[in-house]
Amino acid sequence: MSATTSATTSSLRRRTDRFGYLFIAPAALCFLAFLAIPILYALYVSFRREQVVGLGLGEGGRTEVWAGLRNYADVLADSEFLASAGRVLVYGLVLVPVMLGLALLFALLLDSKRARLRRIARITIFLPYAVPAVISSLLWGFLYLPGTSPFHYLADAAGGSLPDVLTPQLVLLAIANIGIWGGTGFNMVVLYTSLRSIPSELYEAATLDGCSELQTALRVKVPMILPSLIMTGVFSIIATLQVFAEPMLLRPLTNSISSTWSPLMRIYRDAFVENNIYLASAGSVLVALATFVISFGFLRLVRGQAFAQEER
Amino acid sequence: MTGVDQPWPTRGPSRRRLLQATGALGAASLGAGALAGCGSAAGSAPVELVFWSWAPGIEDVVALWNQQNPDVQVLVSRQDAGDAAVTKLLTAVRAGNGAPDLVQAEYQTITSLVAADAIADISAELDPATPDHFAAGIWSAVGVGDGAVYAIPQDTGPLQLYYRADIFEELGLSAPTTWEEYAEAARVVHEADPSMYLGTFSSSDAGLFVGLAQQAGASWWGIEGDRWKVEIDAEPTRRVAEFWGGLVEEGVIAAEPMYTPQWNAALNAGTQIGWVSAAWAPGVLAGNAGSTAGAWRMASIPQWEPGGTATGNWGGSSTAVVVDGDHQAEAVRFAEWMNTSAEGVLALVELSGIFPADQPHAEAALAQPPEFFAEQEDFYELSTANAEGVQPFVFGPNVNVAYALFGDAFATATRAGTAAAFGDAVAEVHAGTVADLENQGYHLA
Repeated sequence: MSATTSATTSSLRRRTDRFGYLFIAPAALCFLAFLAIPILYALYVSFRREQVVGLGLGEGGRTEVWAGLRNYADVLADSEFLASAGRVLVYGLVLVPVMLGLALLFALLLDSKRARLRRIARITIFLPYAVPAVISSLLWGFLYLPGTSPFHYLADAAGGSLPDVLTPQLVLLAIANIGIWGGTGFNMVVLYTSLRSIPSELYEAATLDGCSELQTALRVKVPMILPSLIMTGVFSIIATLQVFAEPMLLRPLTNSISSTWSPLMRIYRDAFVENNIYLASAGSVLVALATFVISFGFLRLVRGQAFAQEER
Repeated sequence: MTGVDQPWPTRGPSRRRLLQATGALGAASLGAGALAGCGSAAGSAPVELVFWSWAPGIEDVVALWNQQNPDVQVLVSRQDAGDAAVTKLLTAVRAGNGAPDLVQAEYQTITSLVAADAIADISAELDPATPDHFAAGIWSAVGVGDGAVYAIPQDTGPLQLYYRADIFEELGLSAPTTWEEYAEAARVVHEADPSMYLGTFSSSDAGLFVGLAQQAGASWWGIEGDRWKVEIDAEPTRRVAEFWGGLVEEGVIAAEPMYTPQWNAALNAGTQIGWVSAAWAPGVLAGNAGSTAGAWRMASIPQWEPGGTATGNWGGSSTAVVVDGDHQAEAVRFAEWMNTSAEGVLALVELSGIFPADQPHAEAALAQPPEFFAEQEDFYELSTANAEGVQPFVFGPNVNVAYALFGDAFATATRAGTAAAFGDAVAEVHAGTVADLENQGYHLA
């Protein structure tokens, strides 16, 4: 940029800046009103608590006071909260690899030259994602309960028996299964889309070099869509930490899921069953922090791999 | 109680008190009223009351009132039942807008709602005859402390025993009158067919368990001077817990939650052949086990003492007036009409299918047995007699916490499946409830 044009450019930039602010104003306002301010308010509330006077009845029965870090200490000192975090960790270790593995497998199969009925197959695999988690959890609940499950009915008719998956040992897998069933299709579409955008010259080159279809898939396709895999990975991890609907809806069906099975269920109980929004806010802040740390930690861990090609 | 048979004369004093109350309200609100009056050309605009409720058919009951009271129009806003409605109300009251004038409130939530300063003491607006409409046990549930009244009872759920008469007959059983006989019957039933149970212990229904403890003489909370006390881990509750724990340990009753598709299927298939439940059970059975219509009978709940008549309450709700409303007197008038007038009670029974808390008008309104029990002519007569035996029980300010603790503690105990584990669960609920109160800053007696 030469010195003579810089003056006009900067005045032009100032004007476009002004227009720019105007254009982002609606989005910025919405962001402030519905995201930033509620988050700040939640932070503020997490440092407050209610103090009861006497019987705590009627007007003046309770006052809001400063609590410092007490709510945080209470959440962290609760062994149930840590146990719920542990459960969700195991849940994530089951869910994310299986779901993404299946999504990748289906995407590669659909992308292979020999695939038939591609469109129907794609829609069929994607369809479960269109079913809201509430409905799929109820449906799976029916399928899990030995008294209503057609699988158990058929097994009984055949003289065998199936294990009850709603027992404490297996219930985590039962919940993960609902997540896998619902999430595979979406991730498959993301991966498939990025597979389709790989330039075909690469395949020609691979074929000329004598690659089999399996080798092309593993050596060309998978490395090429690694960024998409990582993105779906991050989203899956975040969704894992926020697992709520599935265990919440299966809970009334069994003695195996406590009201604090996952961290979000505990926050829900604190806020909406026990009406303690202060403790719930502290829990929410902690879950948000954990989500940040784990997501960015994961990104950092894989960054070298993911963007190596672009940096080269 | 003679004046109660005609609902309208009782409105006289209540209206007079209304005028007095308006006079006492002070210049500010009078000024606001006058201004509002100026705004409408036709003189006084009708008062509009918003009523949050989840009772089926309640709109039709309210429509009757609206027809007769053009000056006080009630608008029903349908809500989700239970905790969701409480949370929504507390949020609206805290936010300072969006709160209704009247709410349907379950008995166990009243103390919590008072503690959150969400519902008003209406004792000053109340008709003097209103308290006489209700059994003492129920009336005590809508008042907290001395003389304060926070709601008008609507329906109750006295516990009673429902059983499959056809299967009982086949097995040569008769309805158990004591819990010992109940346990014996459970054994006979399960022995006759290992897939068949006389009942289930449900860890997800704290309300039922509390009713059973209430029957045994428990009151989980109490007030001593200006302090709350918690008495969950005491003999009556332990006796109930260990009784059911013992049956679960023996394996003669099921240990799965109620209200699941599996439980419904078992009711329909005749593998769940008994249910200790409330007076509102016929509606649930008709909905969940329609194929077994006519096969069920109802008996009074088994007793701890032979010849006793005690029972507990499960569910049921009241009509409460929200604090800070501009038309509390009118709101009380409507709540009294709906829950204590012959017309209101009849409409509630016919249109909403409830079992009314009101005693003077119950008999006329409950002339026919519920459809599902068409063959049991004395169904409501017996239910009404059972309701007389509801034992007093005080709900504290953290019922929600205790119920949540119950769910988790008894789920664990049910999985363990021993009477001892059930006893431990009682101790756990007690400890957690006390800890929560202390954590909130209560000084306990």
